[in-house]
Amino acid sequence: MSTVVFKLSGASFQIVDAKESSSGASCSLLQNAYRRYFEYIFPSARKQGHVKKKTPASAVSELQVWITSADTECDGFPNVTSDESYQLSVDSPVSVLKASTVWGALRGLETFSQLVYEGEYGAKSINRTEISDFPRFAHRGVLLDTSRHFLPIKVILANLEAMAWNKFNVFHWHIVDDPSFPYLSRTFPQLSQQGAFHPYTHVYTPSDVKMIIEFARLRGIRVVPEFDTPGHTQSWGKGQKDLLTPCYSGASPSGSFGPVNPILNTTYEFMSMFFKEVSTVFPDAYIHLGGDEVDFNCWKSNPDIQKFMEQQGFGTDYSKLESLYIQRILDIVSSTNKHYLIWQEVFDNGVKLKQDTVVNVWIGNKVEEELQKVTEAGFTTILSAPWYLDYISYGQDWQKYYLAEPLGFKGTDAQKKLVVGGEACLWGEYVDATNLTPRLWPRASAVAERLWSDKDVRDLNDAYSRLAQHRCRMVQRGIPAEPLFSGYCAYEYKGV
Amino acid sequence: MIFPVLCLFLAARFSKIQNKSSTAKYGHKLWPMPQLISSSTDRYPLSPRQFIFQYASGSSAKSGCSVIDSAFKRYFPLIFKTEKHMYRTFSMQPMLNVYASIHLSFPFSVVDKLSVSSGQASLRAKTVWGALRGNKTIHIRHVRYKYFVNKTEIDDFPRFKFRGLLLDTSRHYLPLPAILKTLDAMSYNKFNVFHWHIVDDPSFPYQSSTFPGLSSKGAFHPSTHVYSQTDVSRVISHARLRGIRVLPEFDSPGHTQSWGKGQPGLLTSCYKGSVPSGTFGPVNPAMSSSYQFISRLFKEVASVFPDPYIHLGGDEVDFTCWKSNPEVRGFMQKMGFGTDYTKLESYYMENIINLTKTLNKTSIVWQDVFDNHEKIPEETVLHIWKGSPAQIQQELSDITLAGYRVILSAPWYINHIAYGQDWTTYYNVQPLNFTGSEQQKSLVIGGEVCMWGEYVDATNLSPRLWPRASAAAERLWSDEKTTSSVTDAFPRLTDFRCRLLRRGIQAEPLFVGHCRHEYEGI
Repeated sequence: MSTVVFKLSGASFQIVDAKESSSGASCSLLQNAYRRYFEYIFPSARKQGHVKKKTPASAVSELQVWITSADTECDGFPNVTSDESYQLSVDSPVSVLKASTVWGALRGLETFSQLVYEGEYGAKSINRTEISDFPRFAHRGVLLDTSRHFLPIKVILANLEAMAWNKFNVFHWHIVDDPSFPYLSRTFPQLSQQGAFHPYTHVYTPSDVKMIIEFARLRGIRVVPEFDTPGHTQSWGKGQKDLLTPCYSGASPSGSFGPVNPILNTTYEFMSMFFKEVSTVFPDAYIHLGGDEVDFNCWKSNPDIQKFMEQQGFGTDYSKLESLYIQRILDIVSSTNKHYLIWQEVFDNGVKLKQDTVVNVWIGNKVEEELQKVTEAGFTTILSAPWYLDYISYGQDWQKYYLAEPLGFKGTDAQKKLVVGGEACLWGEYVDATNLTPRLWPRASAVAERLWSDKDVRDLNDAYSRLAQHRCRMVQRGIPAEPLFSGYCAYEYKGV
Repeated sequence: MIFPVLCLFLAARFSKIQNKSSTAKYGHKLWPMPQLISSSTDRYPLSPRQFIFQYASGSSAKSGCSVIDSAFKRYFPLIFKTEKHMYRTFSMQPMLNVYASIHLSFPFSVVDKLSVSSGQASLRAKTVWGALRGNKTIHIRHVRYKYFVNKTEIDDFPRFKFRGLLLDTSRHYLPLPAILKTLDAMSYNKFNVFHWHIVDDPSFPYQSSTFPGLSSKGAFHPSTHVYSQTDVSRVISHARLRGIRVLPEFDSPGHTQSWGKGQPGLLTSCYKGSVPSGTFGPVNPAMSSSYQFISRLFKEVASVFPDPYIHLGGDEVDFTCWKSNPEVRGFMQKMGFGTDYTKLESYYMENIINLTKTLNKTSIVWQDVFDNHEKIPEETVLHIWKGSPAQIQQELSDITLAGYRVILSAPWYINHIAYGQDWTTYYNVQPLNFTGSEQQKSLVIGGEVCMWGEYVDATNLSPRLWPRASAAAERLWSDEKTTSSVTDAFPRLTDFRCRLLRRGIQAEPLFVGHCRHEYEGI
């Protein structure tokens, strides 16, 4: 960065494909992005057609976007190995944004838009700059929970937009759970018919899901769905008889149900068909299979299961039964050519996992120990434990999210490489559209920087002043990101 | 403002059905819980095309009474959701008569009776303010596209007269729509005082006509982050039509950093040794110019804000700066205060309280003024804001023993967020649980939910306020004995929250679940 200042004019500035770029007018992902970022930079631009004036020496008339790789990946989906690096050269009259694929270009466009500021007389200005950037971690996610509360599409899309401004690249969609099943399955429509809070108003239809996936893709965000089993499945049982284990009170059924029934063939027939559908609906290479917090009490009470345990020689070790179930699900999912993520319990309970399984560490205590163990065993890991943003508290808690260090555990370099990133989790017990956005932003932005930026970028004072500006920018772009502390934005939130 | 004197009219045609067992079920949908309610499962259909609000023939309040007229207009679409227009057919049946009577000029006494029976319902109230509260209490259930109301008798009045909510527009500027929306939500919860903590250290958004420099230099931005005189009157009239008083707070001598920007010489210059350090402290109590300024400012405030009360603040005065200033030290000597700076604080506060009295306003001050043994007129109201539960109880005892009226906020600092269902802590507060005589207890005139603004602005104000503040609303309105169970309150509050959503209030969820109509915004 230098202090040479250039001006930008809404009437003459353009974002264009560089002549040398392998991407052109047919790449709608980039064309959409150019339009989007133009509007961020010039929100009230009088777009009265382009003025082909001679650009004064101190202005930037063009940002040229140069995709260098032959395969731009424009029509593809981002994945964990995508190259999101970019180089940005801000100069007059032309600035250049170089990236090997469209994913890097998206990141660079966001950065460029953040470099623009309003100068003294309100003119859009930008300093001469050279930036070479790439993410520290490849998996930078946000988890949203649409089971504890249904989240209307609008709020999901608004938050995907905000994620893009923060360079998040994974939307971990915890779509179903105990309280409700809003996912409208083509194969098993009764699941949402019976299991959603309301079969029409509180469901995600196939076209809703498509819309979300495409909206995310255009912003370089992967959509990783989570269908958590065998626990967390109360709502599944409403529309799928005999899927869940009937709990027993002594010798007779109590009327309540427990985790998925692991001893019935029908269970695996169902799961096979269900995950076949899921693998076609969600294009990402990964599916999150859950596997957390399985309560064994119901299984223990069920006489058929007790018999099964005996037959298998599992004794009273129900984690062996859990293991058996998970194993079969993992095989089912593998056969659909998907890879999977699981919560840490599956690893902790000794289940046999494929070597490319990603373990999601979420339990709050003994985090360093867990990271050590998981990476020692050779598994890829993502970290969520320090970033449960649903745990609100009074004051500037963004600071503790900011300072959490994913590689703060004892291990070899090879081990550390296995930590591919992390996720900010916003569980939904106390969250819905009325309070989601201010609760997520800008607290998640602290996580975003921790996952993108260099390990040594940790100064809280510097972070505060940048984050406060970033927050005002999000507000100006229409997202009700809450304040960090007393103060103001030039443009306050206009909603009520 | 003149309130017409009206007369009471009884609607005697209804047979009461004592069916207390249905109270719990029926009370499901009402918040806050009325004092006395009896209802039956008999219900009557309501047609949006025929239902009208009407002034009864014996009512002294008539068409032209702006408070009630605008309330009719407001409540019709809230009740009949999508019905934008009402039109009468030839076979109309007047469905809700409003009888209102008033004999007090201050909205302190609210007793109303709401009766719903076949053919018509009557709402009988002493004041228009009671009529407003009663309007709000009508519960209309609708099934599909039909509307019903159960046969009901309600006799209602608030337990406490002062049911307030504090907003802080200094830590963050709150745009007018956010304030007006909050007033709407307050009216749904039967809150009746908007405590406007309008200025403080960080910014001075109040545009004073006497001292325009205060906001032009002290606001976050002199044009975009100020409340003009018309903004202020807008708030006051919007509140009035909802039966809400606007209590302004101009907190001094502490909490005044922003005042110094536009009023040089007002604040105490802090010293480092014998030289000014460049920073400033509380208002300088040693200068007569300070009192002249306050006098002129308060004269304006007293005429701009019609409420008979003004909140003068008086909290958290840091003596360090005063101690460092040689002029102030000299003044201390002259006055014979020695080194006891609480005496200086007292001198300041007593002065401005008396000043306020000459403007025909009564002062409300934070508890610090009482704790520091300042001499205050007996009609001054003290405001408890701090301490452990035991300390709060002690404070209530002490203040009421000394004969002063008191408002309770300490257990209701709802800006202090925490994970989980913290509404239960606000609900479980027992304002009169302290050692004292009946006379003492009667001096607790009410309480106030505080939403301090350090971490709050228009982006998160509504979900942080509602429905958590609703828990306090019921504690302040309803009978404590019939509203002591959090388990019973939960389903009612959940329903009420969905109702708030339908009415356009961005109230957050209590727990896992759903509303038929979810919030449509982001």
